[in-house]
Amino acid sequence: MNPNYLDFEQPIAELEDKIESLRMVGHNNADIDIHKEIETLRNKSDALTKKIYSSLKPWDIVKIARHPQRPYSVDYIPLIFEEFDELHGDRLFADDPAIICGLAWLERQAVAVIAQEKGRNTNDKIKRNFGMVRPEGYRKALRIMEMAERFHLPIITLIDTPGAYPGIDSEERGISEAIACNLARMSNLSVPIICIVIGEGSSGGAIGIGVGDRLYMLQYTTYFVISPEGCANIIWKSAEKAPLAAEAMGVTPDVLIRLGIVDDVIEEPLGGAHRDLPLTASRIKKHLVKNLNLLRNIEISQLLQERYQRLMSYGNPV
Amino acid sequence: MSWLDNIIPSIMRGKDTTHRNVVPEGLWIRCGDCENSLYRPELEKALNVCPKCGVHMRISARRRLDIFLDPPSRTELATDIGPIDALKFKDTKRYRERLSAAQKKTGETEALIVIAGQLKGIPVVAAAFDFNFLGGSMGYAVGERFTQGARHALEQKMPFIVFSATGGARMQEALISLMQMAKTASMIERMKVAGVPYISVLTDPVYGGVSASLASLGDINIAEPGVRAGFSGPNIIRETIRVELPEGFQRGEFLLSHGAIDMIVRRSEMREMIARLLSKMLNISLKSP
Ligand SMILES: [Zn+2]
Repeated sequence: MNPNYLDFEQPIAELEDKIESLRMVGHNNADIDIHKEIETLRNKSDALTKKIYSSLKPWDIVKIARHPQRPYSVDYIPLIFEEFDELHGDRLFADDPAIICGLAWLERQAVAVIAQEKGRNTNDKIKRNFGMVRPEGYRKALRIMEMAERFHLPIITLIDTPGAYPGIDSEERGISEAIACNLARMSNLSVPIICIVIGEGSSGGAIGIGVGDRLYMLQYTTYFVISPEGCANIIWKSAEKAPLAAEAMGVTPDVLIRLGIVDDVIEEPLGGAHRDLPLTASRIKKHLVKNLNLLRNIEISQLLQERYQRLMSYGNPV
Repeated sequence: MSWLDNIIPSIMRGKDTTHRNVVPEGLWIRCGDCENSLYRPELEKALNVCPKCGVHMRISARRRLDIFLDPPSRTELATDIGPIDALKFKDTKRYRERLSAAQKKTGETEALIVIAGQLKGIPVVAAAFDFNFLGGSMGYAVGERFTQGARHALEQKMPFIVFSATGGARMQEALISLMQMAKTASMIERMKVAGVPYISVLTDPVYGGVSASLASLGDINIAEPGVRAGFSGPNIIRETIRVELPEGFQRGEFLLSHGAIDMIVRRSEMREMIARLLSKMLNISLKSP
């Protein structure tokens, strides 16, 4: 199995391997013309990818959202924003690298960026605690968001976490209170807030930076109240049943739009964001610029009223 | 990957907790903690606190509010709000069937009950979670009932007191239940801005999405003795970090010493203490009894 591809992508991996081998042959034997052969295989691979990606199950989407090569916040930030200045620390206890905060330009508008980061290689993953945020991470985020409010800067949050950190220290320093405070304050911060799920939105850990005026999801991302494995463990006493749980809970953008929780989906390149990071980033940027301009034209009192109505509407019978 | 499952903590599955709410029929009841046989009328007179060992047994939401509020002038709010099965959720059973079973078991239509009434003459809104209703989990109806209670408190400038007993968000309502965290927190923020007192009382247990929203945001947070409260359940933490948890972890004294709550108050003193606090927060003197 090719580790760069998910299980359901293995037929694509085989084709890609063939293309790669042919390239090597062509490279070493200038007299053999392999262009035509490669082109045929390329078309085949693209068609296969299209076919596989047109009938993804919710559990497949969860896998893409957690793909080891999936772009993370650190990959997107330099491509979406200019001149990102990272700011550190909650001023109370520590700096939590699982959340990156800072100021940046989004085209000509200064914004505050709050972004969860899972970490790429082993060292980075450990440093970032795999994206599991501790109380000081949420408190740092709140500090920066309240500063943004003072300077009338819109807030952009990028959500990607396997959950708030379930550890002794996390409980000791009040992880519940830290998340709860963010929910409360984000409901009435007097600046536009746009939240985007770029990978995995796991429950309280995600919503802790997830309250705002608009909520978008990249096409192959997931947002859930409990992980499909966890849900399966409770119901079927087996994490193996996670695909069933993912189906039952509706953890993908299509269902969440239907429920009125998510506003829009940002389309990903064929085969997922990791196949074309610059293209994905430019689509996110375009989406952000367009919608932030719309939000900035709304009077703040009106914006807050609409945010309140939005919160009140969750789950209302339609 | 079960360490991801913060919201429905292991506590709802753990067998060490079930004895707390098992009160079998009959005149004699065995205390799950000290194992003494207790005479039911005496136990009820003691507000279901074991007269022998002092353990606070779990009580229903209705009884909770009944022993908390003054007897006259009570109005239940948001009774028309019931559960909604937006996802038509089905696992081994349909969510609808689970709801019917919970309704039959508790005699309630949802896991939160909200009553406007008085506490020692102070007009208040009080709400309580019923742990026997699907583990006191918060879905749309719990969030909406809380919200209507808070709105009533805001309109009438009345304090709002909420007794939590919950495993967290309700899995079967998926992301709708997660969103209730934001919805309830935003109402508390409104109360804060308006200067309407909000008191959160943690009763065993309080975990997950409720802990990380409405239960942690009181102007004053109070716990009942014997409470266990936190974001992640102990089993999930143990599985994640693979160390033994310290003695008393997530218990009342732990919450107090780590600054999460203001005080631990016995059930028998809850009325008195909250009335005292409210009278100062509102700067009004209580009528002498
Ligand atoms: Zn006892």
